[in-house]
Amino acid sequence: MQGDKRDNRGWSYLGTLIILLILWKGLSVLIAHPALPSPEVVLASLINSAHELSRHAAVSLLRVVYALLLAFSLAFPAGILSREDTVDRLISPLIYLLYPIPHIVLLPLYILLFGIGDFSRVALIATILFFQIAVTTRDAARQVSEYYIYSIKSLGASKLDVYRYVIIPAAMPKIITALRISVGTAVAVLFFAESFATNTGLGYVILDSWSRADYEIMYAAIAAMALLGFSLYIILEIAERRICRWM
Amino acid sequence: MISVRNVSKSYGDVRALEDVSLEVERGESCAIIGPSGCGKSTLLLIISGLLQPSSGEVYIENKIVGGPVKNAALILQDYGLFPWKTVYDNVALGLRIRGVERDVEREKVEGLLEKFGLKRFDRYYPKHLSGGMRQRVAIARALAVEPEILLMDEPLSSLDALSREKMQNFLLNLWKETKTTMILVTHSIEEAVFLGKKIVVLTPRPGRVKAIVNNPKVGKEDYRQEEVYFEKCREIREIIEVGAT
Ligand SMILES: Nc1ncnc2c1ncn2[C@@H]1O[C@H](COP(=O)(O)OP(=O)(O)OP(=O)(O)O)[C@@H](O)[C@H]1O
Ligand SMILES: [Mg+2]
Repeated sequence: MQGDKRDNRGWSYLGTLIILLILWKGLSVLIAHPALPSPEVVLASLINSAHELSRHAAVSLLRVVYALLLAFSLAFPAGILSREDTVDRLISPLIYLLYPIPHIVLLPLYILLFGIGDFSRVALIATILFFQIAVTTRDAARQVSEYYIYSIKSLGASKLDVYRYVIIPAAMPKIITALRISVGTAVAVLFFAESFATNTGLGYVILDSWSRADYEIMYAAIAAMALLGFSLYIILEIAERRICRWM
Repeated sequence: MISVRNVSKSYGDVRALEDVSLEVERGESCAIIGPSGCGKSTLLLIISGLLQPSSGEVYIENKIVGGPVKNAALILQDYGLFPWKTVYDNVALGLRIRGVERDVEREKVEGLLEKFGLKRFDRYYPKHLSGGMRQRVAIARALAVEPEILLMDEPLSSLDALSREKMQNFLLNLWKETKTTMILVTHSIEEAVFLGKKIVVLTPRPGRVKAIVNNPKVGKEDYRQEEVYFEKCREIREIIEVGAT
């Protein structure tokens, strides 16, 4: 039963992909402009430049993964512990005041503070992810029914037990969903963060080839970036299915 | 002995319980019955020491209850099991929290699963179980820590009539076998009479004690067929209906 569902999903992904490719092909024929090469041209250039691109893709991947890890390792405890009113009174106003600010404008500040190295880039992505993950985690942790807490306390649970056996597992599905959504954001911010003061990363390749009007490489890099986001998404989905098997 | 003395509880402006007093002897079973929202769950939480009353106090063996009662196990309405834990892990949880050694835990849990006919399902998650099985898991988890007091909040309300009778028999035998003090919240008059040696009837919110009825003949599966049983049911029904419009 479970397997059937997974297979169906695989097929429907494939179907959607084929439809997209057909649309793309149709559009490229219709427009007939070098700015929109047809999919097989892009695929060919993706294969031709695979060696060159994979180096940049690896750099980009590392930046995103570090950012995700950094954001998660700060946002997870902050969000989970917001169940404690004392912690929440401290953290919540901070999060809600700073959340709506467009953090992307912090890039110049980060570069002034941390230099033009990769840390600034990672920090920028992590900042944005932090808020997305922290807000969701906080809400998820606070929504855990008081009755589950009573239930575990009646078994003699300490505060630590309550977190370990109830709050964290109960909040986990929503947290992973937040992570999954934040992958999309992460890749978008990555593009921006790679747009200057670097000569590595897929974002750099896209902009560089764009300025050289080398559309094939540009599309190949765009496709690679999409693939990067997609694979992270899939990995998190698999993790979700494993961790939240009980759902 | 559990002794509830003049307990009142308000949630903000909502008065849930008012001046409730009752006593349950050691090894006795007590059924609490009352209309929806009258504070039955609240009362159970207060007895187990998880919730502080607004006024009044609870004594167990003459000691005032100030925090979670150690030798009591609580089975909550709808939240009895943790959906993210397998049957085995649910039952083992109390032992794990107490730091019981793994092989002792295994023996104990497997014994209980065997006894409750759950052995085959030890790796299942609660959502894959029937209502009756879930309740058995919840009871097994409570019993794993060998409590002297068993507090149950409508443990059988989600079951159909047939499995409900089976589980009532099960609880009755469990009570006779283990000699635990049992407090059971229920909506059903028949269940209260079948399982409660003492029956506490609460008024609509704010819950007050409307009557405490003794039910000394309780304790046999075929009590259901006896005349006294029907008499008791009628008596309880009349008490509930008095003043209710
Ligand atoms: N945490 C809470 N905050 C505010 N009000 C509450 C809270 N818990 C319960 N109440 C209210 O107190 C009253 C008693 O609740 P309680 O759950 O004890 O009733 P009950 O008799 O168990 O009801 P039911 O038969 O539906 O299970 C209800 O009116 C309920 O809305
Ligand atoms: Mg209730």
